[in-house]
Amino acid sequence: MLLYLIRRVLYAVPIALAVGLVCFMLVQIAPGDPINAIVPADAPQEVVEQVRRDYGLDKPLPVQFGLWLGRVVQGDLGRSLATGRPVTADLVPAVANTLTLALVAAGIGFVLGTLLGTVAAVFRGSLLDKAAVGLAAAGVSVPHYWLGMVMVVLFSVTLNWLPAMGAGPGGSGAWAWDWAHAQFLVLPAVTLSVIPMGIVTRTVRGVVMELLNQDFVTTLRGKGLRRGGIALHVVKNAAPSVLAVMGLQLGYLMGGSILVETVFSWPGTGFLLNSAIFQRDLPVLQGTILVLAIFFVALNLVVDLVQTALDPRIRRA
Amino acid sequence: MTLSRRALLGATGLVGLPSGLLLPEASAQSERVLRYGISMADIPLTAGQPDRGAGAYQFTGHTIYDPLVAWEMDVADRPGKLVPGLATSWEADPADRKRWTLKLRQGVTFHDGSAFDADAVIWNLEKVMNPQAPHFDQRQAAQVRPRLPSLAAWKKLDAGTVELTTKTVDSLFPYQLLWFLVSSPAQYEKLGRSWDRFASEPSGTGPFKLARLVPRERAELVKNTAYWNPARMPKVDRVVLVCAPDAVTRSNALLSGQVDLIETPALDMVPQLKSAGNRVVENVTPHVWNYHLSMLEGSPWRDLRLRQAANLAINRDDIVSLLGGLAKPATGVVDPASPWYGNPSFKVRYDPTEARRLVQAAGFSPRNPLKTRFIIATGGSGQMLSMPMNEFIQQSWKEVGIEVEFQPVELEVLYTAWRNGAAHESMRGITANNVAYVTSDPLYALVRFFHSKQVAPVGVNWSHYSDAETDGFIDQAMQSFDPAEQDRLMARVHERVVDQALLVFVAHDTNPHVLGRNVRNYVQAQHWFQDLTTLA
Repeated sequence: MLLYLIRRVLYAVPIALAVGLVCFMLVQIAPGDPINAIVPADAPQEVVEQVRRDYGLDKPLPVQFGLWLGRVVQGDLGRSLATGRPVTADLVPAVANTLTLALVAAGIGFVLGTLLGTVAAVFRGSLLDKAAVGLAAAGVSVPHYWLGMVMVVLFSVTLNWLPAMGAGPGGSGAWAWDWAHAQFLVLPAVTLSVIPMGIVTRTVRGVVMELLNQDFVTTLRGKGLRRGGIALHVVKNAAPSVLAVMGLQLGYLMGGSILVETVFSWPGTGFLLNSAIFQRDLPVLQGTILVLAIFFVALNLVVDLVQTALDPRIRRA
Repeated sequence: MTLSRRALLGATGLVGLPSGLLLPEASAQSERVLRYGISMADIPLTAGQPDRGAGAYQFTGHTIYDPLVAWEMDVADRPGKLVPGLATSWEADPADRKRWTLKLRQGVTFHDGSAFDADAVIWNLEKVMNPQAPHFDQRQAAQVRPRLPSLAAWKKLDAGTVELTTKTVDSLFPYQLLWFLVSSPAQYEKLGRSWDRFASEPSGTGPFKLARLVPRERAELVKNTAYWNPARMPKVDRVVLVCAPDAVTRSNALLSGQVDLIETPALDMVPQLKSAGNRVVENVTPHVWNYHLSMLEGSPWRDLRLRQAANLAINRDDIVSLLGGLAKPATGVVDPASPWYGNPSFKVRYDPTEARRLVQAAGFSPRNPLKTRFIIATGGSGQMLSMPMNEFIQQSWKEVGIEVEFQPVELEVLYTAWRNGAAHESMRGITANNVAYVTSDPLYALVRFFHSKQVAPVGVNWSHYSDAETDGFIDQAMQSFDPAEQDRLMARVHERVVDQALLVFVAHDTNPHVLGRNVRNYVQAQHWFQDLTTLA
């Protein structure tokens, strides 16, 4: 197991390197000039060239990438071209905010999805099953930024129950786990939870249904086990597959909430990436994507380890 | 169907919700607080020179800091003018017009209590103009150096006087000083000579102090009760700037009472905002949405008839309707209210019949159209409803025999193209661009686009327009130290630009703001510079 762990961690290094390189090249290939993030649009050419030299953007691309990499291995992600602030100064609170949002959304989505999926599988073909499948399909199909807007109109504008945007009455810097702050989390988290809810519902339904048809369940019934006891066995057998899907979904929630964070002005990594993309803010883009990629790899590793712990049949040599 | 809050509450049995579940009321009890939803994704730089363009000066520029030469921001019914700021007077030496003497205001202190004087001015100039200075700040320099193209040298004459020298005689130089703000040298020393720390704890001479900064989220500005200018003493105790870059989000935040005022509402939400009791405030604003036409050899736009036809084919009233009424038809680079508008003989209007006649005279028709390609922005700051507007105009032109194919790019890409100019290899086949921009002073409205010395990539004369008469007017204006004469000469430049239909003029932004019912006394100046001290 230890060897496996070390190998997986080592695998993450080339992945991170490749992510950094691809991100760097994509920004270079995309039309536009990072210098626009620094100087006014109509800055004279001499000023533009001077600033380009000052920021090292006149150096050959391999040199720029090498310099960035050299700093990264020392834990320095550089400074934002647009704001001049250290990337980590923006990235750390952004990751924390996105993690908060993603975990709450995942909690809602996974719990609801598991419940709905199990109910649908147990009562296969019933009205409950159809309702659960319908909800799952809606969750996967509805564009979540649209749903977010609708929820804002209903719960913020019309009912005035919940805030329309932001991360707390004093911003995310003063976040506390009380209702005054948590109410800012409700709408974005619910909005973000609908896709994992739909996917988990469908996965759980499929896996549980398949398990319910297996011989060992018939045997359990034959032994006189009640429904609750059977459910325990089924859940345990379903867990590895469902966990794999949940791990992937959590990863997507971390990296894929650009639209929801924009709709709710939630100051997470999606919000950060959104403005960095438009400004060609290369250090912020590279730093954020690198951290998200490492998070994704780490999450997959954790899921694999949990799967192994739950199901000894899965061997990790 | 209208969904009433009470009906829904009743229907869901939630009338008795604990009050803690509902949002707090808009206004604070003990101090007068206004929360302002701004369209920026981050709080502009707070260390002295704001980034994010002219519109950012109202947030972290003219609130925390003061310029030497200021803009009159408390008038809405006419264009403002240059007024004393931290300099009480400025005058070019009659013996050497390149040397400007500025008398500094006495008795002004920074927020940290240190005195404002000539040393502070020189220190601030070194901060942004001299890369060798120990306190040189690249970030601030990148913002303001391009705004001070004429400045060559600076020196202290005495504690209350500085001398600035320009590269050439430039009577319009005081307009450049509007952009230069003064921060505290003492605070910089106190904070360990760190501009990062200074940005969190800035010190200027302005009417507000920064109380709290949460990057990318909010800035809280509190009233500076020791402010030197009673006319600009803030009427509220605290202004909270809240970043809300998405227009729909911003508008919803106002509707739900989460902020008290917003800039630039979502256009299709304006009726809803109004019906909720909010006020929409707008004014003439120095901005023009236009097309710059290439004047290079081979460009069809070298033909005056086609340039005029392109202008006459557009129904600007329809464009304004498309923009929810929150815009003004453009008949020139500047609004007719501007002293630089003049009296052009070519009247920019909607006349498709005349447009068709001119196109035919130039050898084209709807059956045999002129085919060309423009580079346009997909959206972005100042570009209004870029794609719908472009597509509307594209259709209008097609009807008179001009068939334009668009190359839509992100605004940042368009800016690069703008600086490169029409002759750049990346512009092959492109005969116009449609960057919209600020036109707040003669340099920004006219000089940078139409003087032959400003041809890209030196300046942003993208079109490569070169005209001795236009150059002459501009040169004369820059040599004239009589403001009325400067205005007259700039008006001649503008007349020439319109008469030659050098641009396709479309619309002026009106910089709409929506004020909640609890906001009073906001004065919207005819500028991108706004004064938050007028908010009450």
